[in-house]
Amino acid sequence: MPVIKGVAYSLVHAPNILFHNGSTQAMERIKNPNSEYFPKLRNQLRSFDAAVGYAPNQAYIGNIALGDLKAIPRPWYDKSLEKASRFGKFGEIMPEDEFYGLIKIVDSFDLVILEAGFSADVKAKLEKHELIGDVNLARLGAGKDAAEIQKLVGAHTAEGLYIGDRLVGCVRQAHEVDETLSAHVMLENLVTKASSALVVLQLLRNSGINPTDVDYIIECSEEACGDMNQRGGGNFAKAIGEIAGLVNANGCDVRGFCAGPSHALLNAASLVKSGVFENVVVVGGGAVAKLGMNGKDQVAKNMPALEDVLGTFALLISKNDGVNPYIRMDVIGKHNIGTGASPQQVMKALVVDPLTKLGRKITDIDCYSVEMQNPELTEPAGAGNVPEANYKMIAALAVMAGEIGRPDIPAFGEKHGLPGFAPTQGHIPSGVPVLGYVREQMLAGKINSMMMVGKGSLFLGRMTNLFDGLSLVIEKNPGVQEEGPQLNKETVRQMVAEALRDLAQGLK
Amino acid sequence: MDLQIQARIKELAEQIGGEKIVVLLGAAEPDSASIAAETVTLGDPTYAGTLAGVPLGLSVYHIVEPEIKAEVAPNVYEEQIAMMEMVLDVDRLTAEVSKMRQEGSKF
Repeated sequence: MPVIKGVAYSLVHAPNILFHNGSTQAMERIKNPNSEYFPKLRNQLRSFDAAVGYAPNQAYIGNIALGDLKAIPRPWYDKSLEKASRFGKFGEIMPEDEFYGLIKIVDSFDLVILEAGFSADVKAKLEKHELIGDVNLARLGAGKDAAEIQKLVGAHTAEGLYIGDRLVGCVRQAHEVDETLSAHVMLENLVTKASSALVVLQLLRNSGINPTDVDYIIECSEEACGDMNQRGGGNFAKAIGEIAGLVNANGCDVRGFCAGPSHALLNAASLVKSGVFENVVVVGGGAVAKLGMNGKDQVAKNMPALEDVLGTFALLISKNDGVNPYIRMDVIGKHNIGTGASPQQVMKALVVDPLTKLGRKITDIDCYSVEMQNPELTEPAGAGNVPEANYKMIAALAVMAGEIGRPDIPAFGEKHGLPGFAPTQGHIPSGVPVLGYVREQMLAGKINSMMMVGKGSLFLGRMTNLFDGLSLVIEKNPGVQEEGPQLNKETVRQMVAEALRDLAQGLK
Repeated sequence: MDLQIQARIKELAEQIGGEKIVVLLGAAEPDSASIAAETVTLGDPTYAGTLAGVPLGLSVYHIVEPEIKAEVAPNVYEEQIAMMEMVLDVDRLTAEVSKMRQEGSKF
């Protein structure tokens, strides 16, 4: 069985990228450039310290357990955790200025320009960073004059990088005509690459694996890199691995809207299970477009613009070590083409069908990881508490199966669920953010089984009205390292003897 | 309501006539259902889409309303909707959508 040998989760605080490049803001700027929304939004952007002190963000990087987050009364955004820290056991919350430096470092085509003074300041900060300090800091370069950057941004051939009102750099277009290489797309893709590289470096540290031992990388972010002749040609995976020093790895990009990470995890686990590879990294980087996605609703309700962080994760899937939680490969929940799109059919396919195959009840699974969006981000926009709704659906299926009574529906979520805490970055909330917490709980013997349910809305791509989803059962490792019969002289002798006996029986 | 869906509903109403159309909602949140119901009756309250200021007055129901449940074969309802019926706030959804229907439906 393949195991989850390591995890990393990080955030990047990006209020200025939100303001200038998030898709909600970009659309408003096109439709209504003088919109009253922008000055209001500017006032509602959070400071770095506020983002670090925000309880769901501390849970994301592993500084508070999800059970403890549940105990903190909402709203969470009007209070700051006392013991909040930028760094956590899963990863970190990187400030935007350092992240601009990282974008420059990962830029392979000289598209990123930083202003000279800003570049020097950022270099001094990154030199102290535990993981970035030794990585290619020379690539930051000396920087350029502000006037040159202003000229490029003014000519609309580059997207500006800002800290407040100060233009500190830009990302240039990579082609004059090709929209897939425009400055906007290059910014989105470089953000994905840089944030992914950061979280892979954290995964290497957290897991202790030698970078040269990674065989394959499956990247499952939200963007497509390519050119006008192949819009999603790829590939982020190798671009990220190159930065992280995974010199013996190959890789590919996997997409599935919010279900992308589930598909990536299934593929990674299958490669390990089959014995093709021993160590596969799954990585998802941040999505610029979704920054401030519900900003209008949050600003209208006088809340801070809470969708100001890029979310990232990385997992190391390896062959069974007898220690780490393993992914069951004998039963996979999947939304089939013929399943249908009603929520009931989707959830039945993802939850009931695989458990029936295993001979288990819904209530036999200790913990369900569903769409784990932080409800404070979705409720103002009328989308409700998404994880809570998911837990109610699973509970309702348990009622229909006669496992619990209808009055027990709310208690089911309390017992088998976790609070929503993930940023609304599309792929990031979908099942995967809980794996770090659950892995620890399983290693500590507190949880025996979980089901990760990833779902995706394929209709957004306008190619099909189909829905999508995959679910995986993950269990505490019973400590058996070896799998299958051991082939030695004795077992071969027995096998030959049995075959001869069968042959003799057949001849009678 | 999605702007392109608004455009499609307007086009359908013009092509085949509003009296022949019933809009069936599946929104999970009562507030969202109310806005969707208002959009196809009195017009888009957010003034963002094609139906801004266009009172189509269509007949509109939520899938969990008793009138619709009565129209669906019980086994189909059990297979497709029963789970959500347990999850959703049926009373509030019914109240919100039926209020808009009474205020704005012409058919």
